[in-house]
Amino acid sequence: MTQLVLEQLLNGLQFGLMLFLIASGLTLVFGIMDMINLSHGSLYMGGAYLGAAAAQASGSFVIGLCAAMLGMAVIGIVLELLLLRRLYLRDHLAQVLATFALILIANDLVRMIWGPQPLMLNPPAALAGPVELFGFSYPAYRLLIIAIGLAVALLLYLLVSHTRVGMWVRAGAANRTMAECMGVDVRWLFTGLFALGAALAAAAGTLLGPLLAVQVGMGENILILAFVVIVIGGIGSIRGALVGALLVGVVDTLGRALLPTLLRAVSAPEVAGHLGPALASIMIYLLMAAILFWRPQGLFPARA
Amino acid sequence: MTPARRGNLVEAGVLLAAIALPLILEALGEDFYIGFATRLLIFALAATSLNFIVGYGGMVAFGHAAFFGGGAYVVAFLMQAGIFSAWIAWPLAVLAAGVAALAIGALSLRTRGVYFIMITLAFAQMIYYSIVSLQSAGGDDGLPLEQRSTLAPFDLASDTTLYWVALATLAACLIALKRLAHSRYGRALAGLRQNEQRMEALGYPVDRLKLVCFVIGAGVAGLAGALLANQNGMASPTQLYWTQSGMLLVMVILGGVGQRYGGVLGALALLGLEEALGLTTEYAHFYIGLALLAVVLFAPRGLAGLAGLRAR
Repeated sequence: MTQLVLEQLLNGLQFGLMLFLIASGLTLVFGIMDMINLSHGSLYMGGAYLGAAAAQASGSFVIGLCAAMLGMAVIGIVLELLLLRRLYLRDHLAQVLATFALILIANDLVRMIWGPQPLMLNPPAALAGPVELFGFSYPAYRLLIIAIGLAVALLLYLLVSHTRVGMWVRAGAANRTMAECMGVDVRWLFTGLFALGAALAAAAGTLLGPLLAVQVGMGENILILAFVVIVIGGIGSIRGALVGALLVGVVDTLGRALLPTLLRAVSAPEVAGHLGPALASIMIYLLMAAILFWRPQGLFPARA
Repeated sequence: MTPARRGNLVEAGVLLAAIALPLILEALGEDFYIGFATRLLIFALAATSLNFIVGYGGMVAFGHAAFFGGGAYVVAFLMQAGIFSAWIAWPLAVLAAGVAALAIGALSLRTRGVYFIMITLAFAQMIYYSIVSLQSAGGDDGLPLEQRSTLAPFDLASDTTLYWVALATLAACLIALKRLAHSRYGRALAGLRQNEQRMEALGYPVDRLKLVCFVIGAGVAGLAGALLANQNGMASPTQLYWTQSGMLLVMVILGGVGQRYGGVLGALALLGLEEALGLTTEYAHFYIGLALLAVVLFAPRGLAGLAGLRAR
């Protein structure tokens, strides 16, 4: 039992860190520009497809990952310059409509290019097997994801907390108008941030590709989880996104794995099998609703 | 002729054409499209109910699918329990949606702006996962209806009758909406949209006014869901998922937020475009997406604004 819990904790950590990659870009866009971007999930999906296609073509997972990040960063810049830039000053409804339209476009574009069948993406051959860890075997590839996720979190922390650019970002998130008055070029900053967010989402898409299916609609499920993460953490806060992502990742994974077992003790097995995963999902939304109710600014408010 | 009178004439003309539509389709041998037209009416009703919350109440709710899909599930559950009569099941669908909205709204209205968007989304997703987890609700497969509801003395098994029932419901709701908008309550809502603090200072119970609006909108959505279950022959979890809420919101924004016919126009345009494009291309949503972007950038007031329909 402890081994199962430990293994699922690692899985939760791994999923949480990937959620963090997606949520970090989203929370900055949301926090600084007060912009609801529903198409962030499409960047994640686009990254997964680009990564899978590039990995298949080149035979190298690393090349696939780099191609996905670079490609989505470029697409992110183009999107920001052509479309999103016009939406910052519009109301939330216009942003919802435009970015929902982007979801529709992205889903059909992916189907046009790669067809309706899910793509296969294999982990790097060297990491396909398990490794021995604290007395049980754990997939090496998942360990790599955890390592990459932790590295990115550290880099983002250094970038945001210890560089001049990071200072501008924090200033923009705390009070955008004031930051502009103090000479921060928020427009330029935001194009860069959006590209970074797109690249991180693409990285998450490619890294999760071998574990989840690379398919149309994969962005919609994860997008809402990413919103939950940033609302829990506090909109605009990177630290909040990390804490929120780990919380959601661990609760979701542990709940899915352990609740059916626990429920089986009190109800019929087939009922427990259905109820367990759903309860895990409900718990996450309950957590978000509770935070919104008692502490709407989130655990780590970014706005002063 | 005054503009108001001309508007009434146009409304009467459109209503007559809508009443005659199934007969014309039958004469043309295109019976298939009666079902599609019914779907249009039902989504027009659902979008109108959301428009009441968003456009009249000024609350951007992102969880309308919970009430819309929930209404469908109420009908399916009752049918499972042996209750076939629409006279019992449909009001219960309205009641269930209304009670759910009362609880969700009371909690959600403590928040504002993006937080309101997110909390309504959270509650809708909770309802989605609750129902998907119930085995008696068919899980991911949804819950098929044994037959359509019975609505004595009408025969709902006939597609044409179902169409007329949906049309009558939509027309009644639109008339009620018009009267509501011009009532004391409607004026208070209009005041709230302009300046909430001032209305509060004037002694209006702001949160209660908004809650009533939220509950009314949700109840109508529940009725639309009951109709949809009959049209589709099932209650499906996709009708509860957040993308359905997004779709309804898109219809409202597309048609025109706060415009009386905004929901109707949006549903007509979106589903009509989907159907028409579906005949020629596999990738209808690609072109719909482009059209929506064009509306955002070039017609910020929606289709109703384009057509010059200013009526509230």
